[in-house]
Amino acid sequence: MSLLKLFGRKTFPKGIHPVEYKEQTSARPTRRLPFAPQIIVPLSQNIGKPPIAIVRKGQHVERGEVIAVADGALSVPLHAPVTGTVKDIELMPTPSGSKKDCIIIDTQPSSSQIPIQGEARDIEAMSRDELIQAVKDTGMVGLGGASFPTHFKMTVPAGKQVHTVIVNGCECEPFMTTDHRVMLENVKNLILGIRIAMKCVDASRAMIGVEDNKPDVLAAIKPHLPEDGSITIEAVETKYPQGAEKMLVYSLLGLEIPAGGLPADIGLAVFNVATLAEIGRLLPHGQGLIERVVTITGDDLEKPGNYLVPIGTPLRYILHYAGFNGQQAELILGGPMMGSAAASLDTPVTKGTGAVLVLDQRATKNDDILPCIKCGKCLQACPINLNPCELGQLAAKRRYDVMEEQYHLNDCFECGCCSYVCPSNIPLVQYFRIAKVLNRERRLNNG
Amino acid sequence: MIATKKLSSGAHTGTNVTVQRIMWQVILAITPATALGLFYFGWPAVNLFIITILSAILFEAFCLRLAGKVAISAILDGSALLTGWLVAMTLPPWAPWWIGVAGSGVAIILGKQVYGGLGQNLFNPAMLARVALLISFPIEMTTWANVAPINSSHAPNFSESWSITFSGLDTMAPIDAITGATTLGFVKTEFSQKHLLPDILADYSLFFDFLGWTRGSLGETSALLLGLGGLWLIRQGVIKWHIPVSLLLTVTVLSGFFHLMDSHHYLTPLVHLNSGALMCVAFFIATDYVTSPNTPAGQLVFGMGCGLLIFVIRTWGAYPEGAGFAVLLMNAATPLIDHYIKPRIYGRYRNGKPLEPKTVEQERKS
Repeated sequence: MSLLKLFGRKTFPKGIHPVEYKEQTSARPTRRLPFAPQIIVPLSQNIGKPPIAIVRKGQHVERGEVIAVADGALSVPLHAPVTGTVKDIELMPTPSGSKKDCIIIDTQPSSSQIPIQGEARDIEAMSRDELIQAVKDTGMVGLGGASFPTHFKMTVPAGKQVHTVIVNGCECEPFMTTDHRVMLENVKNLILGIRIAMKCVDASRAMIGVEDNKPDVLAAIKPHLPEDGSITIEAVETKYPQGAEKMLVYSLLGLEIPAGGLPADIGLAVFNVATLAEIGRLLPHGQGLIERVVTITGDDLEKPGNYLVPIGTPLRYILHYAGFNGQQAELILGGPMMGSAAASLDTPVTKGTGAVLVLDQRATKNDDILPCIKCGKCLQACPINLNPCELGQLAAKRRYDVMEEQYHLNDCFECGCCSYVCPSNIPLVQYFRIAKVLNRERRLNNG
Repeated sequence: MIATKKLSSGAHTGTNVTVQRIMWQVILAITPATALGLFYFGWPAVNLFIITILSAILFEAFCLRLAGKVAISAILDGSALLTGWLVAMTLPPWAPWWIGVAGSGVAIILGKQVYGGLGQNLFNPAMLARVALLISFPIEMTTWANVAPINSSHAPNFSESWSITFSGLDTMAPIDAITGATTLGFVKTEFSQKHLLPDILADYSLFFDFLGWTRGSLGETSALLLGLGGLWLIRQGVIKWHIPVSLLLTVTVLSGFFHLMDSHHYLTPLVHLNSGALMCVAFFIATDYVTSPNTPAGQLVFGMGCGLLIFVIRTWGAYPEGAGFAVLLMNAATPLIDHYIKPRIYGRYRNGKPLEPKTVEQERKS
């Protein structure tokens, strides 16, 4: 056990303390965003094969109806976020940066937009495999941002055994407050979702980890915890990236996930709170994931807040509704640390989009890159003890193989701490992503 | 309305700590000690200071032009100004103009630009210049002016100072009346004549030394102001405590030990701490990011190495002061220190192999 544990505050070494900027939205209850006149649903929203569209141009779809079916183990289905007419399936910009096939639906203005119900399910009576299939049918992926298919995470690999479910309620990204609102407003569904997850992975206990800047969440959840102590909630230090799986596991239990391994290697399964709360809401009614809570925030917005946004709502509509009145700004999907900059206003919100963040240009890093002065601030920030400084130098020399083999590039989960603290504005995470892609391509070409 | 960023990855925001800000904070930290030096040593020191800094910036601009880079933006980062400033601080205050120019030339061209510029150099540029000058021009580099504050009765006036800077000290007669030895130099000479402590330092005042009222390099005489500037830098988070503390502690412990063993032949730790370039080196030279290790443990080793070498050279070496040599030797060892002293990566053993999976049974046992 490390020294940190001796002083009682559950945390991990290193990391950073960026300004939180959460007060703009954290106290505002979630409201529903109106339906945009046109909805753009990318087929590919997560790792794995994109699902196969089963709707045709001109076809009428009801809100909640399946419009694309899963194709393979890692794939999940898609449901229509609105009642309307399929206009077309064509290439449109997506949050990943590239254009991908999207189902475009013209919203039917006169519709009541009541989602269709699936078959009701008795969770107690369902077997583990039936539950996992039911999770897959909801089209659920990790709502924390990584968008990993949830049913696949709930399938414990052969030979592994899980004893504890870790529920990640650490919303460590500045500006974002979606998980905060979900934990306040959706406690019963969250507890049900945790029970479903525990049953799927066959765990005997669950631990909710929440950052200690959310005492209201602790107070809201504690009365709902079962008396047998199978589900507990723990406060951990407010620090970035506390919400990273590797960091939270260390903070709560003092355990490390082996490099290149899974939480299941040390008997754990980790899920985001919003994911489990949504499963708890959808699964008993056999419904699919058609909307999610998104923090719409940043500079020059008239109506910032947390909104229940239909999947596929274009950014243009969101900015219009939130009353953006600024001149120059940059638009980020997700938080300022790990989110990606949107290249087009036609980009839609997808299952993994937790925030739409408008940053005044004064708030963003400028593009002037200075030479590395080896100040070592990135080494003091990197939560997994990599050497971003050396990795950055190697990237500049295009020694991508050395980065991977000697400096463990692939352990980097791109939290952005190094780029954040760099006084020379070196876009280290950008370099690392490029290096990883090129290494992967090289292996494919050689193999 | 909405600008698209060139970069798609985070972090999209940052801290207000920039390279320029760091350089200016260091400059601010060394300003009190420098100002005191300029006041104590008068107009010739001011001349030398300005010449050294201007030539450093000119050399930087020249090299950047030669390398086809945009000179203006690179000069604005403040690094050339800081290098020139540090060189000036380490020079004898009444040295002739060409010492300042040569020092800046060595520091900027040989110390920094030939390696590829900012952040690429192996050795601390200011110390490289100091040592190169000391070896090449031993007379000029060991002629120490007496303290003669600006406008005091025995200080050179403006025209006299002009001739000191541009024609050399020889024009001022008698030279022995206005120059002398530094504390460390004096002690070394006395030892060579078989004199013993504490008689050697009968006239020595630790207090005056502490305040900088003593012969020495332009900006290195006041341990008090240098120490305060250094502590401020640590407080500002510009430097970390590891190198200064381990360096100063090593010198203190070693000199304390030998002084206790034989107080006739070894100076007390207080004289060591107050003399020569020690404070300046501990806070502003050895802590140079580029040329020191980047892990806390590596920095402790680096500081200890510097302290050990400084003490050894001062005590048994041919030179009265060894800070420059010590720093350069440890600069050379820095890549090695960084190679061997690395933190353990999360999820891996020290040797880089991934951790073994932990089964439920093992977890229950532990």
